[in-house]
Amino acid sequence: MDYTLRVGGEAGQGLQTIGGALAKIFSRKGYYVFTHQDYMSRIRGGHNFYQVRFSDRKVMASREIVDILLALDLNTVEIHKNSVKEEGFILYDSESMKKKFEGPQFIDIPFRKIALDVGKNSVMANTVATGAVLGLLDLGLDVLNNILRMTFKGKGEEIIEKNIACAEAGYNYARSNCPRCEAFGAPEPEARKLLLIDGVQAIGMGALASGCKFYSAYPMSPSTGILNYLASRAEEYGLVIEQAEDEISAINMAIGASFTGVRSMTGTSGGGFSLMVEGLSLAGITETPLVLAEMQRPGPATGLPTRTEQGDLLFVLHAGHGEFPRVIFEPGTPEQAFYLTNKAFELAEKYQIPVFIQSDQYLGESEWTFENFDLGRLIYNDYRIREKDLEGTTEEYKRYRYTDTGVSPLAIPGEAGKHLVVADSDEHDEEGHIIEDSETRIKMVQKRLLKKLPLIKKEIEAPLLYGDPSPEVVLVGHGSTYGVIREIVDIYSKDRKIAMMHFSQIYPFSERDRFDYTELLKNADLVISVENNATGQFAKLMRTETGFEITHQILKYDGRPFTIENLKEELNAYL
Amino acid sequence: MPTSEDYEGQVPAWCPGCGNFQILSTIKQALVELDIEPWEVLVVSGIGQAGKLPHYIKCHTFNGLHGRTLPVATAAKLANNSLHVIAVAGDGDCYAEGGNHFLHAIRRNPNISLFVHNNQIYGLTKGQASPTTAKGTHTPAQPFGYLAHPFNPLSLAISQDCSFVARGFAGDQEHLKELMKAAITHRGFSLIDILQPCVTFNKVNTFKWYRERVYKLEDDHDPYNQIKAFEKALEWGDRIPNGIFYKSDKETLEEMMPTIHETPLVRKKFSLEDIKHEIEKFY
Repeated sequence: MDYTLRVGGEAGQGLQTIGGALAKIFSRKGYYVFTHQDYMSRIRGGHNFYQVRFSDRKVMASREIVDILLALDLNTVEIHKNSVKEEGFILYDSESMKKKFEGPQFIDIPFRKIALDVGKNSVMANTVATGAVLGLLDLGLDVLNNILRMTFKGKGEEIIEKNIACAEAGYNYARSNCPRCEAFGAPEPEARKLLLIDGVQAIGMGALASGCKFYSAYPMSPSTGILNYLASRAEEYGLVIEQAEDEISAINMAIGASFTGVRSMTGTSGGGFSLMVEGLSLAGITETPLVLAEMQRPGPATGLPTRTEQGDLLFVLHAGHGEFPRVIFEPGTPEQAFYLTNKAFELAEKYQIPVFIQSDQYLGESEWTFENFDLGRLIYNDYRIREKDLEGTTEEYKRYRYTDTGVSPLAIPGEAGKHLVVADSDEHDEEGHIIEDSETRIKMVQKRLLKKLPLIKKEIEAPLLYGDPSPEVVLVGHGSTYGVIREIVDIYSKDRKIAMMHFSQIYPFSERDRFDYTELLKNADLVISVENNATGQFAKLMRTETGFEITHQILKYDGRPFTIENLKEELNAYL
Repeated sequence: MPTSEDYEGQVPAWCPGCGNFQILSTIKQALVELDIEPWEVLVVSGIGQAGKLPHYIKCHTFNGLHGRTLPVATAAKLANNSLHVIAVAGDGDCYAEGGNHFLHAIRRNPNISLFVHNNQIYGLTKGQASPTTAKGTHTPAQPFGYLAHPFNPLSLAISQDCSFVARGFAGDQEHLKELMKAAITHRGFSLIDILQPCVTFNKVNTFKWYRERVYKLEDDHDPYNQIKAFEKALEWGDRIPNGIFYKSDKETLEEMMPTIHETPLVRKKFSLEDIKHEIEKFY
């Protein structure tokens, strides 16, 4: 069983509310869920959809073909009716749309009229529609009713009861007006407890679970979800969340807070990151630990603000004037996003460097289900020098003291006794004061960059190989294409020796002593890089870092993520 | 009790006769007289001749990017509100490159002091116009004379209800010191625009030029009267008033931030145990 539900309509019609509620209901029922959002950069109007795939086995990508289309406007019917399976359903309200459709797929449900009759308010049409979807699937109303109680807790008992009545009316209407539904109903999955989380929430929770206490950002899609998540937890966990006046301020604030001894993070998207680049170099030379989330959307400039692309990889890799170490992670799932954010904080603090969590709109706003996150895997080491650590030291504290590892003791201003902390964006000496002589410059570059790099490289894990252990066909992916490539490998593995090689710890590349992944690629007949950009940026990076050239590429740059069908079609051209 | 020697930093690399020397020694004196120890002070700066000041005073220092002093200083104060945070900047640093941050620091009202070394010229880059340069001034980069109207930091700050607005003169250290002490002890964002002659590139606004024009605001000047303060801030030319123009008692950013009331952010302990139940919210 593997169903796809698409809720379509105009911005402002409540697609997220309906889609989000249904995703939650399916996951609480025990189905594995994958959602993805496709919406325009406008507050009202236009055409948007929210897609929920749910199944009794793990799902991690979207399909083109739809089982149930919930159309909230006429446009949705026109655009999506051909995507609906022959045996699928289109739920719509002919009275509101002022158009009647014939055919076995169409189920005409008077959402608005029921809302007015039962709830005395047309606003409740969405509740009727949500109930109708559940009726069609015969899934019961218990979870929805709980959600309605929670959602309208502040609005009083009467509103709650009316919504519940509307949900029930929609449910019953669908059940009694859907002759084919008996055969269609979703079988009850086995009882399992699943958590439902999207990429930005997972990054935010990863930050929280890493002791991040300061987050500064300027709102920008699709990074805003991290800001919203952390802001919603500020009171409970005692965080400081500051909405900066611009991204320049945001990154400088995060650096200021980190210098002062607090684990700090900032987040943005491509255009905002362009503004942050100066600050990134500041973190580099002052050796201030910093975690940055760069949530990609298609560019250049403003690009497609609400769409998705993996177009900033080489930009983030090369951003910043001068040479300094950095680490880039690109999670493939919300679960990876959670652990990699934690690892980002660990490495940022340990090596006093900027570390990136790079992702995109697709992963950022897609919800996935997981059995659990293993909190036992989280790392928390405090690398800051506090007062007790400096007690009895006779030697004067030097912020940039030369050490074998290049990592200098990181004291906290005002919290390390009388020791003074001097940080400088100018080239500086061990004490942090401005220098211009060549000897000190060389020593500082060696300390800051060359000594740390090999140590950092040792921390990077090898790519994940999924599928056949000695494959003939390898699909190489990074970041958010993880789910779709993995599902494709599952589909083809019956007939072929096929595998996915997925990179989530993008830069620096891992050492090949534990797993010689280029050797594996050399031994394959066909290696294809699958990327959500126009120039194959990851393949270029791979060639630079390993010398291995991937000659075949499947690239998608229409602002939309790969779906199972379109990756299959592209792959078939090679097979 | 700290002494001036405790604050002795490196030997300054400023031009002989520069107004920055007086500002530097005045800050040290103000801190000593306020009985503040070097390890209780963080001086944040950007770039420019003023931006080098933190190296010449011995305390915690963050010397960051051009114009970005205030975001760093604001965040440092949020991270540890028990530190005294002083931001030092030049007129180009604070009013040009950092103009946006200046506006928003006034709006946020963190309890930090901003000392702007205003010499109406770019010194470090050798003599171009700054936002406070007089209209018509000829410089190597302004071939037709400076075509913009000068920026008035005081009237802007007062119009935005900035918590503390003052002007001092590097040539009157006694008066400047009292302004600094008032700014440091003031609760909220305090601005002192300091007239600081650039002896190398500004041949108009010299020590002599200022001495002939500056005067102290009258004793009966009421700093809580915004309209009067604004009027005074517009006075510039033959007579240039100095002193505390405007004050406004309002809540600071840190006072409004409930999560740092009991313990500074930096002293909050973290334990994985504390967030274990967070995951439950996603089921």
